[in-house]
Formats: sequence, structure tokens, C-alpha cells
Amino acid sequence: MAIWLTKDSKVIVQGMTGSEGSKHTRRMLAAGTNVVGGVNPRKAGTTVDFDGTALPVFASVAEAIKETGADVSVIFVPPAFTKAAVLEAIDAEIPLAVVITEGVPVQDSAAFWAHNIAQGEKTRIIGPNCPGIASPGASNAGIIPADITPAGRIGLVSKSGTLTYQLMYELRDFGFSTAVGIGGDPIIGTTHIDALRAFQDDPDTDAIVMIGEIGGDAEERAADFIKSYVTKPVVGYIAGFTAPPGKTMGHAGAIISGSAGTADAKKEALEAAGVKVGKTPSETARLMREVMS
Amino acid sequence: MDLFEYQGRDLFERHGLPVLGGGVAETPQEARAIAERLGGRVVVKAQVKVGGRGKAGGVKLAADADEAEARATDILGMDIKGHTVHKVMLAETADIKDEFYFSYLLDRANRTFLCIASVAGGMEIETVAEEQPDKVAKIAIDANEGVTEAKAREIVAAAQFPAEVAEQITDIAVKLWQAFVAEDATLVEVNPLAKVGDGRVLLLDAKITLDENAGFRHPDHEALVDQSAVDPLEQAAKAKNLNYVKLDGEVGIIGNGAGLVMSTLDVVAYAGEKHGGVKPANFLDIGGGASAAVMANGLEVVLSDPAVKSVFVNVFGGITACDEVANGIIQALALLGDRGETVTKPLVVRLDGNNAEAGRAILDEAKNPLVERVDTMDGAAERAAELAAAGK
Repeated sequence: MAIWLTKDSKVIVQGMTGSEGSKHTRRMLAAGTNVVGGVNPRKAGTTVDFDGTALPVFASVAEAIKETGADVSVIFVPPAFTKAAVLEAIDAEIPLAVVITEGVPVQDSAAFWAHNIAQGEKTRIIGPNCPGIASPGASNAGIIPADITPAGRIGLVSKSGTLTYQLMYELRDFGFSTAVGIGGDPIIGTTHIDALRAFQDDPDTDAIVMIGEIGGDAEERAADFIKSYVTKPVVGYIAGFTAPPGKTMGHAGAIISGSAGTADAKKEALEAAGVKVGKTPSETARLMREVMS
Repeated sequence: MDLFEYQGRDLFERHGLPVLGGGVAETPQEARAIAERLGGRVVVKAQVKVGGRGKAGGVKLAADADEAEARATDILGMDIKGHTVHKVMLAETADIKDEFYFSYLLDRANRTFLCIASVAGGMEIETVAEEQPDKVAKIAIDANEGVTEAKAREIVAAAQFPAEVAEQITDIAVKLWQAFVAEDATLVEVNPLAKVGDGRVLLLDAKITLDENAGFRHPDHEALVDQSAVDPLEQAAKAKNLNYVKLDGEVGIIGNGAGLVMSTLDVVAYAGEKHGGVKPANFLDIGGGASAAVMANGLEVVLSDPAVKSVFVNVFGGITACDEVANGIIQALALLGDRGETVTKPLVVRLDGNNAEAGRAILDEAKNPLVERVDTMDGAAERAAELAAAGK
């Protein structure tokens, strides 16, 4: 088993006919994901062939749900259209929307998040600017390479894509229940805390890797949450100890503002909550090995 | 992107908010002309994107155009906390009776926007929050409902603004929110929001941050970029669509993925502690699909930094396979040679993940004496730091 995404998940792709969308739909299918269709109002009624799998294109998310029973949407549309795509997914009440798109204006993310709250939070949003979610051996919604690791009993939540891959790779002999890339933007849907709670409640996850980076105070709040709720072992890693203040390091949210958002503050908060924090990704993997063996 | 005060003033004026007349000058002569236009008596203010300019002597009163020219001469070229003053703003003077504080900002933790308002303006809001927390009102703004007149009244009441300015501040709160949304800002801070002698409430300072992700719907924002502060290497990288930040060390860094590159900076800095204190020279994320052309562009920018003594290429093959990356590196070196920019600095390459073995074999077969393969991130960082220290 896994969190949020299982072998039974039925996945649609908003932006399936675009270049990124079609490339990753093919990869998701190859990973065994049950992709059941795509959404593009201008190509509704057509089908797209992916190495022998013909997937229908629907006019809207609502129609796709009605026709296929889809419960996950992966969103690959360009930044200018992302807000509309996510609002559509929320209005169709899809249980999980994974927003891969990078470069979404923060006012757009704030707007779709506020709309989701107003609608009773029926949709779990992951991202934007994230690699998605993968439950190895079961399903893959996003761009996380499916062949890094087999299924196992470690859960992972991370702001960074490639650091996720790195840790999955280093711990591939243990395997993962689910890896969730929550994204590096200032406003994101699913947080570290949401994933920590789900992993704590998941009977098939024994230990949790949590990867953070500079900017904001999500890691500090996660540390408080761990103290009060999480009893499973958590191993942490924070990127950006040597990043200078005031400079955005790749991710829109990765910026130290004044004295807030530093890696040191995050590390201290996590350690105070009993989390073992690695100095490098490899040391973090070693710490998890000790936990698992 | 943070704006200068004068850019903020102009933006407020464009959105119908009450500001004082002002202009920006790069020379004392321009300052004189603006002072004459504004009636002679002006405040001359250093334009720097850092706080504390008043204490540093960057804000001076001038009684007439002669004095404005003299004060501009003093302030232009001044160094304020490491920021050189290239521009001064000249503004009409005001007979300030009362100073308030007003801002809209992104509230990451609550995934919405926040209004912070206070009757205690003219000083740092952090100080007010610490010393007189009851004087700081924080009101959450729903991103979709925004600041309506009713919401503005709620803010005015929460901040306990005096009755005689309540109507004006209600109007300002609504218009300022409209400007915040229209310009895709993530911060607008007005400190002070001041009541002046004739009873008007004016926005006397502007601190504004605009969302660079929203640049596609604001082509005019490009003109607000401060060219004097742009690092030439960062500019060259931007022209090649590369995500590059110049830092002050000796080990050039190229990697894929923002998190991995940030992590690489840390690992190199730790390794540098043992090797003469060498540090990372830059942040460069070449993204998931690291083609030969992108790798060549990245190497070109990193190697054109004279401070760079060695380069660490740190790639985890996720979507991109490592054999493609290895070919990219070899081709990139050849491509740079063809461009007449023969590479002389050593490269340490760490490839891991998808098709790592094949990628490593390609590097070995190429037998390029400048390229050294180390298979762990920590080990490769160590070697790159060692080479940089030797090259210093």
C-alpha cells in the first residue's frame, strides 16, 4: 500500500497532447500507471496512441471523470493556463490534482488554493512546480523516474525533485512506499505536514525521509508537527546551508529573507523534534540505513 | 524583483494612489532640474535596495535647487551597506503630522495574503511588533475576494486608525490592493503612510516586490530591472536561458535540479574547509534534460568566471540518462574548443542514477585529461575543492 496514489488510481492528464504532457504520459504508462485519458477541449473526441495504448481526449475534467471514473489528474499545462486548469480540476471535485508546471505566478496559486478551500477542500493539490508523486510498483503521477527504486517501506516527502531521486537511489535496496515531491514554490497545496501525517497513518510505511530547503518556515512547522504527532523515525535533509541571503536559488520559494528561512534554523528545529538531520544527501541515506536495519 | 522607491512611487501614482511629486536623477544637474520643477524645496533620497539609508546619511533636506544639487552630489556614489548609490530620488517635502504603517504581503504559511497595518509608522514594523504588539494588526486577505470596501473598513478598524483619516485609508487600502493584484506583487509596503498638515493621507515611501513568475503578463516589468546591479555573468547566463547565480568562490558548479545544486554548494563548501577555504563560485541548474548544447552553454558561462579554478559537474540521471549527459560533456568540451574557447580548467564529473555505468564508460573512453570521474557526490566535491585550492 501507499499514500494517496495506489495501483487502483485512475489517472488523467491535463495537457496530455502537449510535448511535456505526451512525453510523460508515455513514461507513466510504461511505469504501469493506469492512465485513462487526457483533457483538451480543442481535441475532445480524438484519441492519442501511446505505443499501442489509445487514450481518449475529453473536453473537460468533469467529462473525463464521468466517462472513466478518474480520481487523479496530472497537470502539465503552461504557466499562463495553469490557474484555469487547476480551477477546473477543483470544480470537478477530483480527489487528487498533481501540478507539475513550473513558473506559475504566486497570485494564481493563491487563487486556486483559496478556491479549493471555499469548495470544501475536496481536492488534494500537490505542487505546483513539483515532480509529482510515485508509489513504486503501483502507480506514478508526474515525472519521478519510475525505475529508480522498487516498492518498500520508506516514505519520502521533499521540496526538491532531483534530491528526491538521489535519496530514492541511495536507498533503493530498501525501497519506498510512496515518494511525494511537494514542490519549491512559495505557495503549494500539499505540505510536509500533510505528507508526514499520511505516512504516520500508513501501516505500510515504517520510516520517513523529509527533504527541505531554504525559504519560508514550512520545515519549522513540520518539526512542531513531528513532536506532537509522528512516532515513526524521521530522517531529514536541508539544502542551502551556504546559500547567500536575498538570492533566489532556482526554486521561486528558495530564498533567505533577512534572518528568516535559513537552513540552520530548519536543522535546529528538526533536531529539537528528534529528527536526525544529515549534512549531505549521502549522510542522510546512511542515517536512514541505520534506522531501517 | 525588488523595486527602487522611485519606481514604487511611480507605480502608486499610475494606480491613482496619493503620493508627493517626485523624480529620479543620476547626476547632480538632473537633480537640480527636478528640484526646480518641484518648486525648489525637496528631500533628496538615496535609491538603494537596503534599509537604514537615513542613518547612513542617504536622506537630506534641501531648501532650494542649489542645495538639491549639492546634496545630490554628496549622496550619489555613496556606499550604503555595500550598495553604491547610482540614483537619487527628489520628492516634494511634506508637513508630517502622523505616521502610520500599511502593507500587503504573501503569507506562505497560510497560503494566502496578509495585510499588516499599524498606527505606529516611520519605524521598522519588526520593532513595533516586538515592543508594542497591540499596535500591529494582521488581517488575512482571501485571494479571490480581495480587499473590498468592507474588508478595507475591517482593516481600518483592526488597526485603530484615527477617525479623521479612516475614510482616506479605506480608499487607499482598496486601491493599493488593486495595484497589488494588477502588478502581480508579492509585497507592497508603505512606511510611512502619513497624515500631512492639510489633512491629506499620502504614501511617502514604497517598498515593492514583483513576482518574476508573472513576467509573461507584464512585459513592462522588464524595464524595471536595475541594470547596474546585474552581474555580467548572470546576464550572459540569462541570455542563454540558464538558471545561474554568481557566488564568490572558486569551484564552478553545474548540476541538474535546484535542490541538488543547492545541496552541491553545501557539500563543496564543507569540502573546501579542508582545502584552503575554497567555496562554490556559482549556482547553475541546467534542468532535467541536460543536452550537449545546454551543457556547453553552462560550461561556457561557468568557465568565463575568472575566479573559477575547477568545475564540479554533478548530475543525477533521472529523466535524462547518464550516457546522454556524458556525451553532452564530451561534446560540450569539443564545442567550446570549436568556438575558440579552449578549456584549461579541470572538471570533476559525478554521474549517478539512470545508465550511470554507461555514462562513466563514455567519460573513461574519451580520455580527456581535463575530465576526472569521481562516482560519489561527497568524493567528487572533495576532489573539486582540492583541485581549486591547487589552482589558486
